[in-house]
Amino acid sequence: MRFDTPATTNPIDQGKVVGKPIHRIDGPLKTTGKAVYAYEWHDRNTRYAYGYVVGSAIAKGRIRSMDTAAAKKAPGVIAVVTTEAVGELKKGKYNTAKLFGGMEIQHYHQAIAVVVAETFEEARAAAALVKVDYTEEKGAFDLAAAKDSAVEPEGGGASGAGDFDAGFEAAPVKLDQIYTTPDQSHAMMEPHASIAAWNGDDLTVWTSSQMIDWWRTDLATTLGIDKEKVHTMSPFVGGGFGVKLFLRADAVLAALSAREAGRPVKVALPRPFLMNNTTHRPATIQRIRIGAGRDGKITAIGHESWSGDLPGGGPEVAVQQTRLLYAGENRMTAMRLATLDLPEGNAMRAPGEAPGMMALEIAIDEMAEKLGLDPVEFRIINDTQVDPENPERPFSHRNLIGCLRTGAERFGWRERSKKAGARREGDWLVGMGVAAAFRNNLVLPSAARIRLDREGIVTVETDMTDIGTGSYTIIAQTAAEMLGVPIEKVAVSLGDSRFPVSSGSGGQFGGNCSTAGVYAACVKLREAVAQKLSFNSAEDLIFAESEVRSGDRRMPLAQAVADEALVAEDRIEFGDLTKTHQQSTFGAHFVEVGVDVATGETRIRRMLAVCAAGRILNPITARSQVIGAMTMGVGGALSEELVVDKERGFFVNHDLAAYEVPVHADIPHQDVVFLDETDPMSSPMKAKGVAELGICGVAAAVANAIYNATAIRVRNYPITLDKLIKELPEIS
Amino acid sequence: MRAFSYERPASIEAAAQAAAGMDGAKFIAGGTNLLDLMKLEIERPTHLIDVNRLGLDRIEATPEGGLRIGALVRNTDLAADERVRRDYALLSRALLAGASGQLRNRATTAGNLLQRTRCPYFYDTNQPCNKRLPGSGCSALAGFSRPLAVVGVSDACIASHPSDMAVAMRALDAVVETVRADGTTRSIPIADLHRLPGDTPHIEHVLEQGELITAVILPKPAGGKQIYRKVRDRASYAFALVAVGAVVQPDGTGRVAIGGIAPKPWRKEAADAELPNGAKAAAAKLLEGARPTDDNAFKLTLVERALSAVLSEARG
Repeated sequence: MRFDTPATTNPIDQGKVVGKPIHRIDGPLKTTGKAVYAYEWHDRNTRYAYGYVVGSAIAKGRIRSMDTAAAKKAPGVIAVVTTEAVGELKKGKYNTAKLFGGMEIQHYHQAIAVVVAETFEEARAAAALVKVDYTEEKGAFDLAAAKDSAVEPEGGGASGAGDFDAGFEAAPVKLDQIYTTPDQSHAMMEPHASIAAWNGDDLTVWTSSQMIDWWRTDLATTLGIDKEKVHTMSPFVGGGFGVKLFLRADAVLAALSAREAGRPVKVALPRPFLMNNTTHRPATIQRIRIGAGRDGKITAIGHESWSGDLPGGGPEVAVQQTRLLYAGENRMTAMRLATLDLPEGNAMRAPGEAPGMMALEIAIDEMAEKLGLDPVEFRIINDTQVDPENPERPFSHRNLIGCLRTGAERFGWRERSKKAGARREGDWLVGMGVAAAFRNNLVLPSAARIRLDREGIVTVETDMTDIGTGSYTIIAQTAAEMLGVPIEKVAVSLGDSRFPVSSGSGGQFGGNCSTAGVYAACVKLREAVAQKLSFNSAEDLIFAESEVRSGDRRMPLAQAVADEALVAEDRIEFGDLTKTHQQSTFGAHFVEVGVDVATGETRIRRMLAVCAAGRILNPITARSQVIGAMTMGVGGALSEELVVDKERGFFVNHDLAAYEVPVHADIPHQDVVFLDETDPMSSPMKAKGVAELGICGVAAAVANAIYNATAIRVRNYPITLDKLIKELPEIS
Repeated sequence: MRAFSYERPASIEAAAQAAAGMDGAKFIAGGTNLLDLMKLEIERPTHLIDVNRLGLDRIEATPEGGLRIGALVRNTDLAADERVRRDYALLSRALLAGASGQLRNRATTAGNLLQRTRCPYFYDTNQPCNKRLPGSGCSALAGFSRPLAVVGVSDACIASHPSDMAVAMRALDAVVETVRADGTTRSIPIADLHRLPGDTPHIEHVLEQGELITAVILPKPAGGKQIYRKVRDRASYAFALVAVGAVVQPDGTGRVAIGGIAPKPWRKEAADAELPNGAKAAAAKLLEGARPTDDNAFKLTLVERALSAVLSEARG
């Protein structure tokens, strides 16, 4: 099905199942421990071996030699596979850093060997016996130091309209500030893990992946084998946030070592490897300039961002929201990319927009103050319904103003002190902050197969993944709605490369696109049913209560499969609507903080997000996505930072004790409101995404609340107490 | 983790003797720190002596009116003990500020005192660390030092002691009771238990090989207001940037021990004497000779301000 004209009324609009607060259909499996995650697959008749990875002890250089004699002799050891013995491997399309093979070291904890043994403990003990001799090279690890050497990234990425320099120069009210965001880790709960099993030339890999087909393709490329020989499965994924978008070392090591060991091998990346072996959200340095008239209208807005990556990598696109979020005729954005020898920087929840909004939405707060305007009103004054760089291109649907107004009302925004540092409750300095939320809506093709069998069971098969998001549930809701059957009659099978290729999970595109693919397959199945039951056309048919109806004629759905099951497969493909119309999601975050007047510790008191993101397919799973994103935003605001050792070139705090994500005690009551809307430009589902919208702007709302509480403006994240303490009020 | 042998001796004396006779032997109690370190091969004992079943898990009144806390009393049980909550509230509060419920269920009184630093370089066996590998250098001095110590440090090591409980014990003048391999016992004031790093940061305490902590003695209750204020980046499950453990009497006198700033729980008699004169005066004594890095110099201000908040709470 090609989607190239706006959706009209369709069966999803009935809203009998889609849009209802249905609990996760896979919930009981998870709460009873029966959902099987990658490392847990265990066939009683298989003797698994266990692989333990050895990581590079240096950040940059070459391996001179590797001595595995002691490891090979250690108890229980079956095989030692080294990067030296394997030699150069091809790199997957989506990988910047190589995952394994060859003598070059590109970053700390790069995988250089895997030791396979009868037990995990034996493998781990033997891995410590591998001796490596390196030639260390000096690397670049400090973004600030490398900033001046940064260049325009491939493809440019600069944008503009009008004459920014002149517009900014002429503006009566100006802001020109630098903001920084640190490297961050995805810190998902389930580590990367894979089991690989060879059967002749056929390879089966149970892994933890957001994108089944990308992994399958890149694993085949890396191993130099035919993609058709690779079978990949990830039916359950314990969180990803982007770090499981692209093939990782565990899958490569499992495959190589299973071949060497001659039996299935399990490989998990130990927690410290998450930070230095995989990918992270790169640090940014951002300069924002805003000029406005005294009426509060922005006349010039410029946003530049510097980030770094390994050679061949890309920039953190932290300026992309500034191209679209606020009006203003004179505009400029630009990015610069430095070469850094840190681990690979790549996508993490709302790549680009999350760090970009961390900076932009403080700048907007600062500008509102300069203008003497309420920050909510300043944002409303500068709303735009068209792409400001390209005014003939409208937004498909944009209700940022509704989010801001609804949020202000619900949160009690009028209680906010207009003067910063003026509200105190006991030992707490109390403040409120607001930020807009903004994330583009991405669309990727997505396919599904639907089977209606003689027992009346609808089975959906797609390689879509559920990374904790609720994919199982919204896909079941879609099929139930389309075919007029109770949701209990729908079985959903996901995360298997034998199924049709879906959008996968990432970029908040998975919910909308994968259900649109299921919609397309259901339309085909409805046609097959219509034909089977001798209806003239499928178009006017109503599928409801396990019946097919047209006018007065009613037929049991079961009759269509009285002889044999019906199977339909289709793929949604998206046309030019994303080009003719800007598709984005919108929201507003409101936060109240308390800052301890003595110590500068910031604690969140209340949070509210109002989201306008098209049709909400399931308010329970959508809310879960948004509160998770708000929580991650709090981490970004207050504690999360991968600390770079600028001499040794690695992230020092590489475990969950030292990389502090919020815990329950940090997160108070969170409210989420979804505005009731649909976006017919996005897909037949008229839905968009919320999972990344939910994080965009949160950290800035916290930063703005801290400013409101303390009158201290911190522009370098995370806002830890050491950045406040010098300027806190005197205490007796 | 290296392979090791294991035994569960029948008596305290047997445990001490077993440990004294073997260089690579270590006692294991709760294992909440030791096992993590063994998995990372930072600790590589050849032999583990399990002291969990030696009957050291009781809390008893002493004839002097204090408490004798068995070395194996779990943190959860100690924090919940009625006598501790009533008479040594500082200790209970410090314990509950530490770790998580699960860890406190397992972690023991003696093990908590002897837990090792959380300096990230100590935990990464690829990096130089004088505490882990004497003579290899200190990565933290020029590296990431924000959580580390500002007083009691040396050119060889700036690691901080992570315990909350030990801070309370220090303020409460606890005494550590031990048994040595020859069966003799000794009492070590907690002030003397931990050593400063000097040029031997790998030697962290004064216990001899085979010497087993059997109990921690608290003197009779100190009275006053007992406040434990732990300052940290997140509200739970984080080590202290600075922690203040204070006992403040109605007349303004008292004692204070500080966590998060030194290789051991940090207390100065001169600082105690200044408490009636306020936080600034006391903090100045506590921080005398401080050698902060750029990363952790904020702790100097933080000690004074946190102490000020504690004294103000004590007055209120």
